[in-house]
Amino acid sequence: MKSLAELAAIKEKMKQNATMREDGKSATRIVVGMATCGIAAGARTIINAVTAELAKKDLEHVTLAQTGCIGMCRLEPIMDVIVPGQDPVTYVHLTPEKVTKIINDHVINGNIVQEYTIGAYEDK
Amino acid sequence: MNLYRSHVLLCAGTGCVASGCHAVSDAFEAELKEVGLEKEVKVVHTGCFGLCALGPIMIIYPEGSFYAQVKAEDCKEIVDEHLLKGRIVTRLLYHETVCEEEGMKSLSETGFYKKQTRVALRNCGVIDPEVIDEYIGFDGYLALGKALTEMTPQEVIDIVKASGLRGRGGAGFPTGLKWEFAAKAEGDQKYVCANADEGDPGAFMDRSILEGDPHAVIEAMSIAAYAIGANQGYVYVRAEYPIAVHRLQIAIDQAKEYGLLGKNIFDSGFDFDLEIRLGAGAFVCGEEPALLLSIEGHRGEPRSRPPFPAVKGLFGKPTVLNNVETFANIPQIMLKGADWFSSMGTEKSKGTKVFALGGNVTNVGLVEVPMGITMREIVEEIGGGVPNGKKFKAAQTGGPSGGCIPNVHFDVPIDYENLAAVGSMMGSGGLIVMDEDNCMVDMAKFFLDFTVEESCGKCSPCRIGTKRLSEILEKITSGHGKPEDLDKMEMLCTHISKSSLCALGQTASNPVISMYKYFKDEYKAHVYEKKCPAGICKDLLQYVVVPEKCIGCTLCAKVCPVHCISGKVKEIHVIDQKECIKCGVCMEKCKFDAIIKK
Repeated sequence: MKSLAELAAIKEKMKQNATMREDGKSATRIVVGMATCGIAAGARTIINAVTAELAKKDLEHVTLAQTGCIGMCRLEPIMDVIVPGQDPVTYVHLTPEKVTKIINDHVINGNIVQEYTIGAYEDK
Repeated sequence: MNLYRSHVLLCAGTGCVASGCHAVSDAFEAELKEVGLEKEVKVVHTGCFGLCALGPIMIIYPEGSFYAQVKAEDCKEIVDEHLLKGRIVTRLLYHETVCEEEGMKSLSETGFYKKQTRVALRNCGVIDPEVIDEYIGFDGYLALGKALTEMTPQEVIDIVKASGLRGRGGAGFPTGLKWEFAAKAEGDQKYVCANADEGDPGAFMDRSILEGDPHAVIEAMSIAAYAIGANQGYVYVRAEYPIAVHRLQIAIDQAKEYGLLGKNIFDSGFDFDLEIRLGAGAFVCGEEPALLLSIEGHRGEPRSRPPFPAVKGLFGKPTVLNNVETFANIPQIMLKGADWFSSMGTEKSKGTKVFALGGNVTNVGLVEVPMGITMREIVEEIGGGVPNGKKFKAAQTGGPSGGCIPNVHFDVPIDYENLAAVGSMMGSGGLIVMDEDNCMVDMAKFFLDFTVEESCGKCSPCRIGTKRLSEILEKITSGHGKPEDLDKMEMLCTHISKSSLCALGQTASNPVISMYKYFKDEYKAHVYEKKCPAGICKDLLQYVVVPEKCIGCTLCAKVCPVHCISGKVKEIHVIDQKECIKCGVCMEKCKFDAIIKK
């Protein structure tokens, strides 16, 4: 170890640990429905897509959680994006492609992808 | 890099190892593989979470679910439900985190954790102690880096002095001052040593820190070495702490590999090397000079001070010797500043103190609290009170060197001075809770017998005095005590504490003095009435049959191991007091409460 910069590089690499194991109130959370209905509709591919996307974009400060059935089984796979201080946004009928767009537009740039939300679906 | 969506923290401290965490860990990892989650979920073995009574403990993030007393057969349910389907397994949650309504409370809201402030234990139960990167991820070695690259040794000493940190081994000597003495002492060679010879029965703070966060101790010792100009350090740890020794050795090896120990650390020209020295578990080796002698390879015996180790210590060279917990505070003080640290605690005792909570208390475990907290808060709120509806009687702090704090002093803010004022001491942090069923003469005898065993024998007040004192207590508990024995006991206590060579002897009579002071009636009952009010001292109690309640079922006569109960079916039974060995089995088995202890 020759410099503080070297130390900082290791810390950066381990950043996910810190966000994950703190109480997590300040982090953006993505919650995927993983009840039987969700799994049947393909929620596992969605979880895998989210994990892959977060890793690819270096978004270690975002936590990924699972939840049970929220009652709208026909709209599965469903996921919520919860940015601290804002209302949760629920996305429905997900595909891996939609996940990529949501993470890029909403999680990174803060623009809700209206067309995939539950609101847009119900207006149809 | 691989991103894990969930971290499963499994306590691998000694407490949880004893309750079977390895079997849980194996079963859990097998289950993860079974459902193909091993790349998504990271299993981390950490140090102690503190709630040892509820081990094995498992925390799953990001939800922060705290599962207690997990068994290997529960792992399938946790993996299938929680990790696969996202449904928290409520039945396994620590009962205090379960909410009536939906969801669960976070750990920091539970009684056990709410009043705790974790400084020395901050990484225990959070990081994997066997992976240096995890420590660095939580600001590890940053304090050392800053000290070496941005500060002078004197600036380091000034921060430690300003923080008000005092020795956590028990005596409470200001740490910064100790460092300054060693820095100013003349010497071509200086040493930094860590005292991990934790000998008090019931104390396990140092062990938990070494097991849960060994790098914090290494980092702090390096900082101390820089401050005083040492290049060699030793950690003196007892051999009966195998997990602590193992993890510390791993940590030292990793630090060496990263160049955080060795030559020219942080390119600053500063060299520091660290070695472990194993102690054979003699209580006296926790005493500064004895410990240093033992590191040198000699028999661990105390000597009179001065000269203090800061001037003439290990191999006759200036040496800083601090307790493990003291060291564990240092990196945080360097990072967050002296003001942050001194904002916690009381006027003369700053920061926090780790206590190993044991005895008759619900939440047996490890707690870290700000100085100034009261015994009531520790025992009732954090400790969850005395189990089985018993009444709190007293708490022993400082182990066999300390004294008891009776319930009348329950609201005294805990710091070094206040504890000394009520006749106890901070000690290294063992805190043993006693309830109404504990006999204070018996307790005093227990602690004293420990010191009799551990006395090194060098000076006669301690070697002979404690033995004689123990004999007097034996006399009292066996019902042969005379009134003058109480006076003799008091006088002997004073002599031992005034004339012993080292702290072991000087403090040996503390439990007797303080328990006699606060529970005089109990001692007198033993001597004058030949009675043990708590019903512990066997020679002073009798098991008798209450004639009105006995229906003559013969059960007691059947279970009595020495056949001293006589009586026919449907007749009142009688216990032969001469033959009775007072095992209590008859009272336990009687279905009609017809046998009592008096």
